[in-house]
Amino acid sequence: MSGIIGKKIGMTSIYSAAGKNIPCTIIEAGPCVVTQVKTIEKDGYSAVQLAFDEKKDKHTSSAMKGHFEKAQTTPKRKIVEFKFFSEEKTLGQTVTVDLFTEGEFVDVIGTSKGKGFQGVVKRHGFSGVGMATHGQHNRLRAPGSLGASSYPSRVFKGMRMAGRTGGSRVKIQNLEVLRVLPEQNLIVIQGAVPGPKGSFVMIEK
Amino acid sequence: MDFLSTIAAQLTEKRELPSFKAGDTVTVHFKIKEGEKERIQQYQGVVLQRKGTGVTRTFTVRKMSNGVGVERIFPDNSPFIDKIDVNKRGVVRRARIYYIRELKGKKARIKERVV
Repeated sequence: MSGIIGKKIGMTSIYSAAGKNIPCTIIEAGPCVVTQVKTIEKDGYSAVQLAFDEKKDKHTSSAMKGHFEKAQTTPKRKIVEFKFFSEEKTLGQTVTVDLFTEGEFVDVIGTSKGKGFQGVVKRHGFSGVGMATHGQHNRLRAPGSLGASSYPSRVFKGMRMAGRTGGSRVKIQNLEVLRVLPEQNLIVIQGAVPGPKGSFVMIEK
Repeated sequence: MDFLSTIAAQLTEKRELPSFKAGDTVTVHFKIKEGEKERIQQYQGVVLQRKGTGVTRTFTVRKMSNGVGVERIFPDNSPFIDKIDVNKRGVVRRARIYYIRELKGKKARIKERVV
């Protein structure tokens, strides 16, 4: 497996060779710098740590400055570790969008948009009551029964209820790479990708 | 132009279409593929709206077909659009003339704009 860190720019649509209109997401991916290489001998597992997006010196702690200096690079905003990186990487090397080729399938990881405290209809796809009449009164989007009565006399753990929705790590698998623009460090991926515009995403293959 | 629309414009080839707006009558020459063969179908109707911006801009054309209203949405940059003829310029006060759906017969006429 290998991957890269990117920033979601937004969605648009392009036309395929057959003339089909395909919705797609444009991601600014890389160039990422290798800031640490973890090995089985030293760390117990193998991984490559990548850093992306420039950050000002004054916003960086001394500890992090030292970490970036080791890789002989400037401070970066986002650091992500990729386990079992397929290519051999050494400290200070860069990973660019060249990693991907058009037509291959990738997974994209991001943090979904936060929706706040939401009811069960939006959060878990419950259908609600489905009736406005027949004795219903302000129960249109209610969850209904939570379980049986005297046995078990409690609500089971994990019962789907209302609560904080979105804002969680989401991985979308098997998205096709439509275009790779290496001069601009851009990658165009079919379909939607989790998170708002400007948020960090990880692209894996 | 912001970064996203700059990139989007770079990815899609922009087509030059004649300018038209809601209320105009247009004929869309639309390429249709049937197996191997390709032919051009004409679709004439009133433009209900122009929607979107940049490369994802679309327009909706409504026509009456055997007494049944038919609406088709065409993307501006669709490679299947051969050409567009603007047959008539209409006088309308709105950018989206959805009200035309409710009207029939003489009321559904749109006054022609003299250019």
